[in-house]
Amino acid sequence: MIRFLLRRLAQSLLLLWLVSVIGFAVLHLAPGGPLAEFTLIPGMTTAQLKLIAHQMGLDRPLPVQYWEWFRRMLVGNWGRSYRDSQPVLDVIASHLGPTLELMVSSTIIAILLGTWVGVLGAIRRYSVFDYLATVGAMIALSIPTFWFGLVVIYIFSVELAWLPAGNLYTIGNGSFVDYAVHLISPSIVLALVTIAIWSRYLRASMLEVVNQDYIRTARAKGMPERTILFRHTIRNALLPMITIAGLQLPTLLSGALVTETVFTWPGMGRLFLDSIGYRDYPVVMGILMFSAVLVLLGNLIADLLYAAADPRIRLD
Amino acid sequence: MTPPPRMDPDALLQVEDLSVRFRSDTGVVSALNGVTLAVRPGETVALVGESGSGKSVTSLAIMRLTPSPPGCEVGGRVWLRGTDGRPVDLLALPGEAMRKVRGDRIAMIFQEPMTSLNPVLTIGEQIAEAIAVHRGTSRASAWNAAGELLELVGIPEPRARLATYPHHLSGGMRQRVMIAIALSCDPALLIADEPTTALDVTVQAQILDLLRRLQKRTGMAVIFITHNLGVVAEIADRVMVMYAGRIVEEAAMRTLFQAPRMPYTVKLMRSVPRLQIGGERVALEAIPGSVPDPTNLPPGCAFAPRCSHAMEGTCDVVGPDLEEVQPGHFVRCVRWRELAGGTAR
Amino acid sequence: MAVAADITPRESPKRRARNRALARFVRHRLALFGLGAIIVLVLLCAVGPYLWPYNDLRIDISHRFAVPFMSAHILGADALGRDLFARLMIAGRVSLTVGFAAMAISTVIGTLVGTVAGYFGGAVGSMLMRFVDAVLCFPSIFLLLALAAFVQPNLFTITLVIAATAWMEVARVVEAQIRSLRERDFALAARVLGASDAHIMFRELLPNAIAPIVVASTLNVARAILLEAYVSFLGYGIQPPTPSWGNMLNNAQEYLATAPWLALLPGLFIILAVTGFNFVGDGLRDALDPRLDIT
Repeated sequence: MIRFLLRRLAQSLLLLWLVSVIGFAVLHLAPGGPLAEFTLIPGMTTAQLKLIAHQMGLDRPLPVQYWEWFRRMLVGNWGRSYRDSQPVLDVIASHLGPTLELMVSSTIIAILLGTWVGVLGAIRRYSVFDYLATVGAMIALSIPTFWFGLVVIYIFSVELAWLPAGNLYTIGNGSFVDYAVHLISPSIVLALVTIAIWSRYLRASMLEVVNQDYIRTARAKGMPERTILFRHTIRNALLPMITIAGLQLPTLLSGALVTETVFTWPGMGRLFLDSIGYRDYPVVMGILMFSAVLVLLGNLIADLLYAAADPRIRLD
Repeated sequence: MTPPPRMDPDALLQVEDLSVRFRSDTGVVSALNGVTLAVRPGETVALVGESGSGKSVTSLAIMRLTPSPPGCEVGGRVWLRGTDGRPVDLLALPGEAMRKVRGDRIAMIFQEPMTSLNPVLTIGEQIAEAIAVHRGTSRASAWNAAGELLELVGIPEPRARLATYPHHLSGGMRQRVMIAIALSCDPALLIADEPTTALDVTVQAQILDLLRRLQKRTGMAVIFITHNLGVVAEIADRVMVMYAGRIVEEAAMRTLFQAPRMPYTVKLMRSVPRLQIGGERVALEAIPGSVPDPTNLPPGCAFAPRCSHAMEGTCDVVGPDLEEVQPGHFVRCVRWRELAGGTAR
Repeated sequence: MAVAADITPRESPKRRARNRALARFVRHRLALFGLGAIIVLVLLCAVGPYLWPYNDLRIDISHRFAVPFMSAHILGADALGRDLFARLMIAGRVSLTVGFAAMAISTVIGTLVGTVAGYFGGAVGSMLMRFVDAVLCFPSIFLLLALAAFVQPNLFTITLVIAATAWMEVARVVEAQIRSLRERDFALAARVLGASDAHIMFRELLPNAIAPIVVASTLNVARAILLEAYVSFLGYGIQPPTPSWGNMLNNAQEYLATAPWLALLPGLFIILAVTGFNFVGDGLRDALDPRLDIT
């Protein structure tokens, strides 16, 4: 277990370093690089730009620049926003809450619904339900999230007027119910893709477990079908899903950005988009790096959870 | 339910004309073609045959555990004497009633101890759940009983083992756990489907020994399925040789080994290596050809294409019936009388 | 005899056999439907604008927000009175072009990286594949927007940027395939005969990996069309007045209450195209690579 943990940690650190190289490359790949913001200011002269470049350390060799940037990033100094001079990490932290809220609630919806669809598809394999679920999942994976968001707003907010069309809460009303009602539409929209993916993988996993010898053993000892399904089949089928869930994090984050845009949800995705609009370079880079680190961490946690959930891994 | 007119008054289990057919894309597979057998309380009946002869399917059909996806049809009768002494036809039971029979009146152990236990449940949970579901006992007492069962099947430190997972145990130990599960509700009949095939030879002997001791102690009947004639000689009271989904010879164990009548049985015995200290080596004989395609069985005797005694115009035309050689000894061969004159080699 | 228990003992065998045949048929039909949808869309976008009386850029204030099926503007008109059907067809040219071009570029990049990594293995291979893993850590939309924000957005740059965020899957598929093929007899034989690395890689090994590449590329067209839609919807992709299915939805949210078709129709075109490619990709995977049974 310790060895497994250390190996995974080492792999993650290597990936983290590669992620930082790519992040740095994107930063310097851009026309103008970190100077882009200043080149847009009217009346800026080349001499002035040179001065700024010198002050920012951009005239030094790239490896030195990279090392400086990487060193500061490791200790949490991710620069300051051009917009309001706040430290980048503080800016991100203040927008993280709504994004996590959205991701968690949509994941809960997706896992509940996806598990139901996947399990039913597996135990009624080749039934009408199974076909609809299969075709439905493929269509769901083809629907642009923002368009689905618009449709949900059109139906539930414009036509039926049941749900608010966006925002975290109604100004002047901060009750829990108000928050919850605002969370419904964006969570459903963000959950769509995850439901499709989760149900497909779970169905495949179920079909594999169902043919295992230990399921036959359970039946031979006279266990009721319900017990076999819940205690023996679903439990084993859900194990590999932990890894799948970890691998879905980038997709989920991408979806969150789009969903936040449609529902004017003040999370990290909107911050990212706004920062791009303002050419707020440090924040754009910060969020890009932050999301990659989040994904790395998520995968690491998924691996640890898997190790905790599967008794076979404990000994290694 | 009325008892069958011909049910042997001594029998615990009486299988009549059991047939199993699988539909597949390539055609209908006749896995079992009218198997009839009886098992008396406390005796050990061995089902012997090559792979594909239908011995495993017989056991799964008795348990009603034949796989369903390939489209499977089961026919015939499987009479089991209940605790009240009245026989019931298992094949006619409602699903829920059949479930209550499994693991209670009839228990089963399988060939692959490595994969037959659920990897994410502890051994204790897997034994206790069987007790709880059939006996309705509390968790604590089921757990206790599980500990006693582990002791009974010879697992060291049984109480401590309850909380461990299957992967902590060797194949032999896992098979002992499987046996503990099977014995948990004191079955009248244990079906053991090649329980020692996947184990090392020394472990095989230990498991056979354990089964024999447990059988003596509980008085249960055992249907022992194997392709290993050495194992048969060690454990069986009666033997049924199967070929292409039929029983082709049935006899008491000693009779069968001393005077086999069916050419197939003879060949089967000659294909087994024998250790003869000081004596000359008996040449091993492989049976020529292979088991017939179950989607397309030959019209006459299924063994005829591989049989050196097959007579053209007879064996490949008429399917022989099971005939009685002497009380308790049956053979399915049209030529058994001629061959009995010493030519049956 | 493979004997295994299954959890579905209730159906009759006859029904199951029929259902399995139905399964193959439906699968096949979905792929055919996808292919049909793609062909219709491509023809419509390529030829349609020449036959349709309205120009996609002509402003006609008198027909602002024309409702679909109520006038000669069969699919309605937008806030400036521009014919929606004409715009959808021209937008389709843009979106489909970006989709195909980005697929072609990402397939080439992915195949190159995957082949080299799989063939050489060792430090080079594992470093390349770790690089692929690292790029996959970035949520694709974030990376896409970060790149798109810094370039002059036009058809060419947007295609490049999309390709830059979509080549990793192909690289993984090809790497796995090449790595498993490398030690096979024919590759060894070629090496013994003194063939160059490049020859073995691209002449001997790569042709054997064509099937998974074709599958991944087909699915990548769908992916690229979706990514274009996302980035254009968010305002950093194809810039107006050039319409694309994504940027047509750009302002649609404002008119959701008054002119919902402005939001619904471009989305339906995107879904039709993307499902088309996904269905075909899935059908190809079934036909070419039966091991993978996840749809």
